[in-house]
Formats: sequence, structure tokens, C-alpha cells
Amino acid sequence: MTTAKAFTKGRPALVGYLPTGFPTVAGAKEAIAAMVASGVDIVEVGLPYSDPVIDGPVIQRASEQALANGVRTRDVFDTVAAVAGQGVPIVVMTYWNPVERYGVDAFARDLANAGGSGLITPDLIPDEAGEWLAASDEHDLDRIFLVSPSSTDDRIAMTTSHCRGFVYATAVMGVTGARESTSTAAPTLVSRVKGVTNLPVGVGLGVRNGAQVREIAAYADAVIVGSALVSALAESGTAGVAALTQELRSGLPA
Amino acid sequence: MDPDERGHFGPFGGRFVPEALIAALDELDIHYRKAMADPTFLSEFDRMLRQYAGTPSLLYDATRLSEQAGARILLKREDLNHTGAHKVRNVLGQALLTKRMGKHRVIAETGAGQHGVASATAAAYLDLECIVYMGELDTQRQALNVARMKMLGATVIPVTNGSRTLKDAINEALRDWVTNVDSTHYLLGTVAGPHPFPVMVRDFVRGIGVEAREQCHELTGALPDAVAACVGGGSNAIGLFHAFIPDETVRLYGFEGGGDGVETGRHSASLSGGSRGVLHGARTFIMQDEDGQTIESHSISAGLDYPSVGPEHAWLHDQKRAVYEAVTDTEAMDAFALLCRTEGIIPALESAHALAGALRIVPKLKAELGREPVIIVNLSGRGDKDMHTAGDYFGLLS
Repeated sequence: MTTAKAFTKGRPALVGYLPTGFPTVAGAKEAIAAMVASGVDIVEVGLPYSDPVIDGPVIQRASEQALANGVRTRDVFDTVAAVAGQGVPIVVMTYWNPVERYGVDAFARDLANAGGSGLITPDLIPDEAGEWLAASDEHDLDRIFLVSPSSTDDRIAMTTSHCRGFVYATAVMGVTGARESTSTAAPTLVSRVKGVTNLPVGVGLGVRNGAQVREIAAYADAVIVGSALVSALAESGTAGVAALTQELRSGLPA
Repeated sequence: MDPDERGHFGPFGGRFVPEALIAALDELDIHYRKAMADPTFLSEFDRMLRQYAGTPSLLYDATRLSEQAGARILLKREDLNHTGAHKVRNVLGQALLTKRMGKHRVIAETGAGQHGVASATAAAYLDLECIVYMGELDTQRQALNVARMKMLGATVIPVTNGSRTLKDAINEALRDWVTNVDSTHYLLGTVAGPHPFPVMVRDFVRGIGVEAREQCHELTGALPDAVAACVGGGSNAIGLFHAFIPDETVRLYGFEGGGDGVETGRHSASLSGGSRGVLHGARTFIMQDEDGQTIESHSISAGLDYPSVGPEHAWLHDQKRAVYEAVTDTEAMDAFALLCRTEGIIPALESAHALAGALRIVPKLKAELGREPVIIVNLSGRGDKDMHTAGDYFGLLS
């Protein structure tokens, strides 16, 4: 199933992120299931990495804990398989080295077999992605590259031409983490992206409540929430994830 | 050799960074290329190197050491530069480039504190704001260097996540850069990271080899048989090697931190004990587990204690143009003591690895050449900073 399905509901989609293996492999599956039951339209499963340079403290700590607990690359496929088949597309968000180490084609194959829809690659730009472009074609996976407020028009055009599924717009210059206010740069970035592609555009980095979801949904096709959900899981467990998902979902039309 | 225009040395190098940094890297690349073609920039850089940093550094004929070694050892005395190491060349180049780009703030990462001190020095000299990220563990191990940076006007930020060492300081510096890229230059301390850092930093430090090549001709009338340097990230080594790469008769030797021995797993030898991977923005050789998670490195020398290496070294290794071997802590400390006693020079622990490796290859070179070899060893830094470690190791602190 491609992520396109999530964009046929006549309203913007809610994308929720949680890392595999946090607090445990079983705990993450449970939390992701709760997120699905509470209304996310796309699930983003993170693969913990030792050097997460685009992540803020919340996701760093969760990654460290998952790795300290012994999480393995293969656990991400297991997690995807556990929540697949419920009508909600699942993409994996991962730094590049674990994929390269696993074998790019093998990773794509195992992700497709687990029922995953594609990859979000925060430190892989299309310029370096030759192997992934081939593997994602071969295994029919979506590839979601990032665009940023600092991207030139040429780069936005080049990057989106390599995207499939949707485009990930990072709303602020900075690392992941919930913020009081969302960025003023985001609407401009989204309109620049929409000028060169028909793909849906998701906006992430910093969203933590329904009001922010509503604000972003006014101009974007998807609202991406990560750190706030990880915090909710760390502080209040699966129930916290469910409650926050419902709150976030309230920012979107029924 | 030069990379392609996107910074690839064969399969190595490139840019594995968030898209948010690409514009800044492109801007840096353009400014760096223009600067290197601008006589005004080059003459100002040269003036600073001569009048402020004290280059060209001596090539010293170490006769007493040579007698013991059974080879003619020439020491490239980068330890005599201002701030006590080769690193001043890189920071002056980048700080001057920062001014040229109209930025007023530099950030830097540091492990032992040497690059942090050098960055703080260049920032003071050129009136830039300087923020240094340093693993919390390292700030404790290197309290004096923290004090030096602060005296020079820099702000030191202890990094408390991950292993609280150099690699985490680099992560934090990258995070700062993503956030403040408009006002800020990331003054990276070695020939690693995304393009154009590996090639740019190399160009700022390659004077080491250019000088040594000329000085060796003056001293001996010929090229050396081998040049040797220690390799952490690899800046002093590439600085020495680069001018000699076209000289096919000159063997290039890089010596990595072997720690307790590569076979123990406690080392920092990315090339001789690691594997291909992506870390800190480049594809190169790294220390990683089966899943591609970075493994913590170990070396008695903080400057070599890094789980990755510059991509040009990965390429030279792959092409077999340079040979990389691991030198254990014990071998390095033996060479450290030897240089102190024979020449009255206290080297940095990093440089002691280069010396130990050079001593090791003498019999092999002798056999190949049928005579005493001439070896240039890069004495990349002085050992004052390491006296606590050395004092401990040799039982001199009661």
C-alpha cells in the first residue's frame, strides 16, 4: 500500500512518529497501535541510531534508550509487520548508515515484505541516493526526501522530482522537538514546493497540539508530529499517546 | 588527487547531511573556491601563517634518534607552531574565510581541546564570536584546555548526550549549524565531514607537505623514501601526504590509534580495523557494529580517539596509494619516551604514534632499498597537553 491512500480523505492527513524499540520493542508496537486506533492517517516508525544529528533531546534520549535495550535493525521490520494491514500506510524514518550497512536492496525488500510503504531519509539527499532510487523502484516503495526553508528553487524542483508518496517540508531551521509556535517560514516553503509538484506536502518539526495542527492544515496536506508523541509515551505510556493523538486529530476536520 | 565536483573521492566522501545544510555547504564551497583563486586571500593567509603562526615549520634532522632507529629521521616540527600543533593552519584559513563570507560567529567541536583552543585563538585574532562544543567527559579530562579556551574569549558548551565525547560534540555542532546557519560558520577541525570540508581543510593544511618536500631536497638533495603521520580524522596526515601523492617513490604511511590492539576491539583504527560506512556527513571507513551503529573508539591519545576518518584517506587506502597501520598505546608511549630522551623533544601523544610507526617500518624499508631509508615524520603537535597522561603512565606523579 502506498502512502497515496492517506491523501484521499478530502482533508489533510495526520502523520505520527514513534521509534521502534522505545521503551521496548513490544511497548513501541502497542503505542503505535494506539496511535493508529486514535486516528493517525500515516505511521512513521523510527529506527534508532547512535548519531541522530537532526533530532532534538527528546528523540535522542528515546534512541539512546532503545539502543541500550538492544534494539536491532530487524526489529523495525517486525514493528512494521505488527501494525500493517490496518488500512494505515507505514513508512520508516531512518538515518542512512543503518540502511547502507543492512544492504540497501535487502532493506527495501524486507521493508516491502513487512508491509511498509516507504522510507523517510533525513540525511540522504537525492544527489547521493542512486542505490535507494533503484531499490525503491524495484520494491515499489515510496521515497520521501526532505526540503527545507534554505533549499533553493532548483533544489526543491530536483528533490521533489525524486520523491514519491509525499514531500517532507521541515518547517524550521533546526532540530526536531516540540515548540511553542510553529514557523512563519513553513507556509512560504509549502507554496514554493507546490509550485513545482503535485505531490502532497507534509509539514513537520515542532508540532505538539491540536491548535498547531489546525494552523498547519490550512496550507499543508499532512501534519507530521514526532517529538511530542515520544514525550507523551515517555511520560504517560500508551494512554498518553492515545490522548495526544486524539488531541492532535481534533485539529483536523472529521 | 581531487574529488569530483560533489566531493567524491571514488566511492567515498560526498554529502550525507540534512537538506537544511546543503545551501550553506554550497555557499561555503563557492566562497572557498573563489578564495583559493584570489591572490589577495592567499597572500593574507600566507602572511598570517608566517607572521602569526610561525611557519614554515622546521624540518629537523634528528641525528641521535636516527642513530637508534637505523634510518635518517627528519621531523617536521609542527609542534613549534603557535598553539603547538598543525591545527593553527586550518583554523586561520577557515576563520579568514568566515570573515570573507560576512559571518561573525564560528562554532567548533573539540575532543582533547586542541582544535577548540586553536579555534578560540583564531577567533580572538580575527574578532569572531566562538562557541566550542566539547563532550562533558572531555571537559573533565581536559580542564586546562577548557580554561585556555575561556581565557581566549570562547564559550565552551559541555555536551551531555551520547558517549559525551568528540563524536557527540560533532553531532551537537551540526545541530547548532542547522539552526544558526545564516550567521554561523562551522569551523570543522579535520578533513572529515560533508563536502567541501575534506578538500577545503586539506588545502589549508597542505603547506606541511609542500614545505617538507622542499626542505627535504635542501637537506638531503632528494625526496624522502617515506613520510609518516598519525591519523585520527586525518588532517595532519593529509597535510603531509598531499604534496607527495604524485611522487611514486615516496611511500605514504598513516598510523592510527591502536589502543589496546585492534584485535581487542578497543582501538580507534577506522581504516585498519573498521569498515565502509557513513558518519558525520561522509561515506568513509568507520567503526560500527553489525547494524551500522557507531562503536565507541579508544586511544590513549585524545586526538586520535575518533571512530571515523577523512574520505580522502579512505580513498588512498582503497587505492593502496597509502598504507595505514595501527599503533598500540604501548608502542606510542615507548616512542614518546624515546624522543624525549634522545632529542629533548616532548611530542604530542598523537605524534608519538607516527614516530612509533616510522620506527616499525625501518627494517622493511631497509630491506627494500638496500640502504638506510630517509623518513619524514610529522611531529604534528607538542606534548605539554599530555603531561598528565604521560606522568600517570610512567608513574611520575606521586
